[in-house]
Parts: sequence; structure tokens; C-alpha cells
Amino acid sequence: MTAVLEVRGVSVAFGGVQALEDVSFELREGELLGLMGPNGAGKTTAMRAITGVVTPQEGEVRLRGRRLNGLAVERRVRLGLGMSQQIVKPFRSMTVVQNVALAAGAARTANPLGALFQTGRGAETARARELLELVGIGEAADASPSELPLGFLKRLEVARALALDPQLLLLDEPLAGLNQAEAATFADVITGLNRGGLSIILIEHNLGEVLRICSRLVVLDNGRNLKSGAPLEVMADPAVRAAYLGEGGDDAEAG
Amino acid sequence: MEYTVTLLILMGISIILALSLNLITGYCGQISLGHAAFYGAGAYCAAMMTKAGIPFGVALLAGTALAGALGVIVGLASLRVRHDFLAITTMGVGFLFLGVVRKQDWLGGEMGIFAIPDPGLSKTAYMVLVLVLAALVAAFSLYLKRTWMGFAFDAIADDEDTARMVGIDVPRYKLTAFAMGTALAGLAGGLYAHDIKYIGPDSFSFIESITILSMVVIGGIGSVPGVIFAAAALSVLPQWLQFIAEYKLLLYGGLLFAVMRFSPGGLAGMARGMAARARAGGAP
Ligand SMILES: Nc1ncnc2c1ncn2[C@@H]1O[C@H](COP(=O)(O)OP(=O)(O)OP(=O)(O)O)[C@@H](O)[C@H]1O
Ligand SMILES: [Mg+2]
Repeated sequence: MTAVLEVRGVSVAFGGVQALEDVSFELREGELLGLMGPNGAGKTTAMRAITGVVTPQEGEVRLRGRRLNGLAVERRVRLGLGMSQQIVKPFRSMTVVQNVALAAGAARTANPLGALFQTGRGAETARARELLELVGIGEAADASPSELPLGFLKRLEVARALALDPQLLLLDEPLAGLNQAEAATFADVITGLNRGGLSIILIEHNLGEVLRICSRLVVLDNGRNLKSGAPLEVMADPAVRAAYLGEGGDDAEAG
Repeated sequence: MEYTVTLLILMGISIILALSLNLITGYCGQISLGHAAFYGAGAYCAAMMTKAGIPFGVALLAGTALAGALGVIVGLASLRVRHDFLAITTMGVGFLFLGVVRKQDWLGGEMGIFAIPDPGLSKTAYMVLVLVLAALVAAFSLYLKRTWMGFAFDAIADDEDTARMVGIDVPRYKLTAFAMGTALAGLAGGLYAHDIKYIGPDSFSFIESITILSMVVIGGIGSVPGVIFAAAALSVLPQWLQFIAEYKLLLYGGLLFAVMRFSPGGLAGMARGMAARARAGGAP
């Protein structure tokens, strides 16, 4: 099976803090991979190294064999990465549907001169409304992001990432801010996307949902690879249990 | 009549100038405290060329192109700096321009350039030319807002990092904004030089940069009607009221501060607020 994404020996340090040390994992075609670990394990940093927001001191990231190191975030997005971030960042000067329509029009904004000769947002707005319905926040389409609670903004991030028609979706805690029922519904949406052929990396503290929907897990602890494999096998590992109970006991209870 | 024509020319040039900065600061969200440098570059270039016998139209276009090219260079140098640093960098560019022009004898040094040739149009015809160009720049601004380039600018002005996340090539868009905005400032400069027929370093000083920024901010950052109104008002008021001319920097600086502090949307924002309140008040 070909790897959609390969992370090889990635190390990231912020000043004195070694956030990632020699971390490697891969995402195979069509997989829904859970990237796990207690608070501060380095999950978000790993995602940022993939998207290009942080530059690793060592290691490489490949998308379908193509080396991404050195490419700017927007180039990686255009090569097929879509991401929703842990800390939501909507465009607050736009409505919810405009946020998504802008992403749906990525082909139109590919180069500034081309963009100068293109008007009309009808098709992109329609697509944006569909995606907002899909993630379950269709009723908030015309609201301003500043009026919405976290659970809505999290799903806005996901809809905006989907609007890019990515080859690979990176989700950093998309279920945060949702109640149990909403989380389960949204986890089903994520599963549906995956069944539709989209390869996904899911970072999520809601262990119950992760174990229910992910096909494979990669666990990080203290910036290092701890364990990877099938969900039940990984969770049975005493080292994984210790990492969770030691540093994030409340999260483990969710399972 | 003669006086009205003179004022209308001045207004038209100021409108082009303010709308040019509005593309950079209003649309793309990049502050500039040195816009007068590009206004000056266009003015000097066009004036030198007509003095050398080159036709007015060609000189005007050359000034526009030179200012735009300088804008791209400054833009490239500014790509890595953000917000407050950009303010300081662009202010530096303004002073650099003055410093260079003052020392160049072939540009007239401190004395400036006199006896700039007449473009060969009557005063009224010149006014029509300026106003038509101002209207075209306004129409272009309104069109741009509706395009996908305008949409991408909105995103960059809102949040650069998130704009990258949706695939927007932020550096290229910023450079495009700089190129368009500074080129149009150069156009305004060429028009100014051939209206007054004298230019010197003082015509493009820091005060001028602040005046242009005041027009944009007071009118309402990004609002075409607001910026046109403020540019028209702030360009003619000093002609009528001598004390405004004398205390320009103090007055405009104070106004800038007051608007930023109390009504960040400028006059356009206030007008929208009043309209909204009127509607709300009129409702049963
Ligand atoms: N920009 C930064 N500057 C300095 N330190 C950072 C930065 N980003 C992350 N860190 C540190 O790197 C380590 C890993 O952080 P990271 O956010 O990747 O963890 P995480 O696994 O996503 O945690 P959480 O589950 O809480 O989101 C932490 O110790 C964190 O404090
Ligand atoms: Mg995190």
C-alpha cells in the first residue's frame, strides 16, 4: 500500500523545549489514523510540521512521495493538504459561508492576476452551504463567526478545510466544544468522509470516539513515538496506559 | 470659476492618491507611512521626462510605471515585516526618498524642479482629465472589491496565517497590492507636477504621507465613498482655512488618532452606524 503521507525522523525544538524528537509515522491510502498522546505530547506540533507552520530542525515530510520540506504553507495546501486547527481561526470580518466559499474558490485565487479577472461567487457559495450542512452548522451560514460558540467554529474549520478538496485531511481536536451526542454525530461525518475515500489524520482527546472510528493509532508521548498499531492493541499497552494515566488521567476516562 | 477649477484638480489628484493607498492599506491591510515617496517618484519621473521633451502622456505612464516598480521593490523588502514594523519600514522609505532627492543635483536638489512644461491642455481640459482618471480609479476600486482578488485581500487583511491555510499566496498578493497602489500614486504625482509646474522635496514630505493616510483612515479604511469624501474634504480645507495648512501635521495626526481610537470604521463606519440606528429607531 502506498503512503499518502510520510513523516520521517522529525525533530522540532522551540528554544529549549524539545517538542518533537525523531518522530516518524505514515498515513496509508484511505486510512483514518488517530494521532494520540497526553497534553503536550507534541501532536499539534507534528501537525504544524506537516503543514509547514513550523520548520523541523531535522527529518522530512513527504506527500505521496513528494518532499514538502521548504515549501510554504500555501504551497502545501495547493498540493492537497487540508487542515482544521486546534485553536480556531475564522476570518472574523466575513460571514461563516464566506469563510468556506473563499476556500472553495481556491482555484480562482491561485494567482493574483487571474483572480483580478474573476467575479461571481455563486458556485462557491452553493458549495460552501452544502459543506456547512454536511458538518451540521448549515443554520449558522450567514452568521458572523464572532457570534458562534466553539463547537460551531470547530466545525467551520473542518468545512473550510473540506472546501479545498484536499487529498489528505488533518483534524486537530475537531470534537472539542461538542456535547456527547454532537460529538458522536460529527465523528460519523468524519467516518463518512473517510469511507468516501479521503485519508484523514485525527488528533482527538475524546478517546471513546477515537477508538470507535479510527482504523489505526499512533501514540506520541513527550515528543517521541510511543506506540502504533490497531486501536485495541495500542490501548492494551501498559506504557500507553501509563502515559495517559500519568499525565492526562481525565482523558483516559473518556474511553 | 478659475479658482473652482483649480480646487477640483487638487481634489481629483487627492482622490487618486487616497484611493491608491486604500488599495494597500484598506484592501490588503498593509499600513504605509511613506506613500508620498511613490507620489514623488511619479512626479519627478514625469516632470524630468516632459522637460526632456517627451510627450506628456508618455511621461505620465512612465511615472506610473516607475512608482509601481519601486513599490514592488519596497514590497519585496517588506514581506517579512508585519504591522508596526511595516509602519516603520515604510516611514523609512519616505525619508530615504527625501534624502536621496535632496542630494541629487540632476533632480534639482533642495530647490526642486521649476518650469515643468505645460501639458498643452486648457485648465478646464486638464480638470476633466484629472476627474475622469479619478473616476476610473474609483470604478476600478469598486470592481476590485468584487473580484476574487478582492476576496483574497479581505482574507489577508483579516488574518494572514489563516489566508495561507486556504491556499492564498500571501506574499504575491501583497506585492500585487503594493504594485497597483504605488503605481496609482505615481500617476497622481505626474498629474500634480504638471498642474503646479513646480515640485520639490517638500511636496512629498512625511506630512504628505500622513495626510494621505488620514484621508484613508478618516474616510473609513477600505470604503471607496468614504475615502473619496475624506480626500476631497481634506484636500480643499487647507486652501480655505489658513490655520489648517499651518497645523496640518498636528491636526491630521490628532484626527487619525481620534478616529482609530473612537471610530475605527472612519466616517463610512459612522454613517453605517447612524443608518442602522435610524432603521432600528424607525421600527415599531
Ligand atoms: N510555539 C511554541 N513555543 C514554545 N513551545 C511550544 C510551542 N508550541 C508548542 N510548544 C511546546 O511543545 C510541546 C508540545 O506541544 P503541542 O501543542 O504540540 O502538544 P499537543 O500534543 O498538541 O498537546 P494538547 O493535547 O494539549 O493540544 C509542549 O511542551 C508545548 O508547551
Ligand atoms: Mg494540541
